[in-house]
Amino acid sequence: MKYFPLLWATLWRKKARTILTLLSLLTAFLLLGLLQAANSLFSGGTQRLSANLLITQARVSFTSPLPMRHLSQIESIPGITAVQWSQFFGGDYKDPKNFFPQFAVDPDRWVQTFAECRLPDEQLAAWKQSRNAVIAGRGLADRFGWKLGEPIPLLSQIWPLKDGSRAWNFELAGIFDDRSEGSCPRMGNMYIRYDYFDEARQYGQGLAGLYVVRIKDPNQAEAIGRQIDALFENSPDETKTQSEKEFSLNFVRQVGNLSLILNSILGAVFFTILMLTGNTMSQAVRERIPELAVLKTLGFTNGMVLGLVVAESLLLCLLGGLAGMGLATLVMQGLAHAPVPFPPLEADLRVWLVAFASMFGVGLLVGLPPALKAMRLSIVDGLSGR
Amino acid sequence: MNRILAIIWMNLCSVPQRLGSSLVIVIGIAGVVGVLVALLAMSQGFGATLKSTGKTDRALFLSAGVTTELSSVLGADVVPILRELPNVVRDADGKPLASAEIMVITELSRGSGDNQADVNVSLRGVEPAGLKLRPEVTLREGRWFTPGLREIVAGQGAAQQFDGITLGSTLKFRGSEWTVVGIFSADGDAHDSELWTDADTARSAFGRGNSASSVLAQMTAPADIETIKTTVQADPRLRVDAMPEQEYFSNQSKQFTQQIGLLTGVVATIMAIGALFGALNSMYSAVSTRQVEIATLRAIGFGGLPVALSVLAEAMLLALSGGVLGGLIAYVLFNNMTVSTLGSNFTQVAFNFAVTPELMQKGLLWAMAIGLLGGLPPALKAARQPVVEALRGR
Repeated sequence: MKYFPLLWATLWRKKARTILTLLSLLTAFLLLGLLQAANSLFSGGTQRLSANLLITQARVSFTSPLPMRHLSQIESIPGITAVQWSQFFGGDYKDPKNFFPQFAVDPDRWVQTFAECRLPDEQLAAWKQSRNAVIAGRGLADRFGWKLGEPIPLLSQIWPLKDGSRAWNFELAGIFDDRSEGSCPRMGNMYIRYDYFDEARQYGQGLAGLYVVRIKDPNQAEAIGRQIDALFENSPDETKTQSEKEFSLNFVRQVGNLSLILNSILGAVFFTILMLTGNTMSQAVRERIPELAVLKTLGFTNGMVLGLVVAESLLLCLLGGLAGMGLATLVMQGLAHAPVPFPPLEADLRVWLVAFASMFGVGLLVGLPPALKAMRLSIVDGLSGR
Repeated sequence: MNRILAIIWMNLCSVPQRLGSSLVIVIGIAGVVGVLVALLAMSQGFGATLKSTGKTDRALFLSAGVTTELSSVLGADVVPILRELPNVVRDADGKPLASAEIMVITELSRGSGDNQADVNVSLRGVEPAGLKLRPEVTLREGRWFTPGLREIVAGQGAAQQFDGITLGSTLKFRGSEWTVVGIFSADGDAHDSELWTDADTARSAFGRGNSASSVLAQMTAPADIETIKTTVQADPRLRVDAMPEQEYFSNQSKQFTQQIGLLTGVVATIMAIGALFGALNSMYSAVSTRQVEIATLRAIGFGGLPVALSVLAEAMLLALSGGVLGGLIAYVLFNNMTVSTLGSNFTQVAFNFAVTPELMQKGLLWAMAIGLLGGLPPALKAARQPVVEALRGR
């Protein structure tokens, strides 16, 4: 630590060069932070889905609705605490760009299955009172500034009404919240009443959509999933049951091999940053050869000189890296409050570990070659500037 | 002028002496251009696949107000009316060249390990007229399906991207087995990613009664579609939209192109800024290494302009070689690579990365811009340097 002032002084020996290198490092780590956070999101690291929920969908595709008769059979399996059915509604609110998901559900079953979300009792009563009443998550309500009683017109891409029109009119009866910080991952969704929806839609009556199953013990998830699927094996309405987390990850994986794309970009960024920082460090050492020789004359050992150069390189990478990660965190916070919906990017522990590993990795890789050169430097050659 | 060229040439000859810092510019810019070109090649390839799908003289009928075939349902009462519309071309036997098709989503597996996913694949039920209507669709292997049997002919893109599709293999949908009896080619368009079977077989297997998802009909000329659009809209029984088949598919690439465009813009801009700082750094250090040389030139009568130009030319040339290198890497690694992603029909569309000359040009423009911005300040510094002090090496 006592050498810190010396390190600091050598780092700023050429101000312009150090600042430019730091700025390059900053942009590299800004990208690293953002892309790794996206990677975490796609691999499910930051999703807070309840481990107690299973999704039972039609084997052929989750877009094929399952029949309602599956309900009692699923409910009869021990270890299941609640079952609800859920049909994707696919409505546009004013403009397709305002996309948010809506599902047709049964209010009482909704409360039992999504136990992590909190809907005030009087709002549940209001929802059950009026047929075209809906509830929305706090996040969704805030996004459009909705108040209770707000009329919500939706144009369904999928479901026409009996008269062939696609314009559905709903009214907001409740806004649900987290039970504890971040417990309810559904705050961007809206739920409409299945009984009203089923009666009003033009076709598809009696089809449940998919089933959301709440189980007592998450460790039983796989066994219960297999039990459910076994009930309907080889029937036209075969099912596929998986945890909600698995279900939503598969959704993302459908887009393609995103992590490959993100990692390739990061590879390109890091190769560049290695070159750039490496060049800066070797220049910095080359210019200082006489000074290093003086240090050695003063009694600094070879090992200490090596340590000083490596430490300088590490300090450079840490400064640039931390600044970049800081900026990335700010950008992600900004995105979370953006008016357009954005997937919740977050620099979790994994992202920070990758970032620190990269800072130390780059620092050592670019610091060692010039440091070794400095260590082997003979005093006489160094002083004469040869 | 000659003097300017001479001094630029002299400077360029000294570049190898500054190899390390020159490489920083080349590689930094190669990284930016490589990422830019590769990402744009992806959106270009996806767009090209969808835009080449369909013809302008075939009309596609969907339920009014829907944007995808997936959410369209045409009732059994509507389909015959559409088939018999006056502008629909008839074949030699006098039957209308129109195919009422059914589209359903099935799940197949793609990839392995961590990237394994159950992906949505379109299964399209086509009528015999649907094959006649599309001359671009040809059988590559095996034979066409037999109506009434659970047989599938797979597009070549589907056969390549998804697991379990080979001649003779069976796929299980809704509790029954379907045999793959052939592979077709749709000339690289979006249908290449689909599975096809007989329309009636699909309707009964998926419980769709006599309804259809869409009707595709051959018109004599593209202009007929406008006429037919007015006809169907005027008929309140129908609730149907008509559009040129090609327009429908072209529209589907918009969202993807926009999303990729946004990602590319953000990533490439941040990388470009990083590369710009690198270029500035290298060029400032080049100027300071050449300090005495530059001052000597100034002392023997060269003006500031030739000196500045020589520095700028070095930066631009290094940037340009970085751009070419990046473009080539993107070309070698990605051109014609086949991948598949979710299209707006919520099913997979297979497409090839397309590194086109326009994209290369765009990449080189970015490279030149970074070179210019990174070279200009050091060039000005070189030109303004006080000669006497510089000569003393201070």
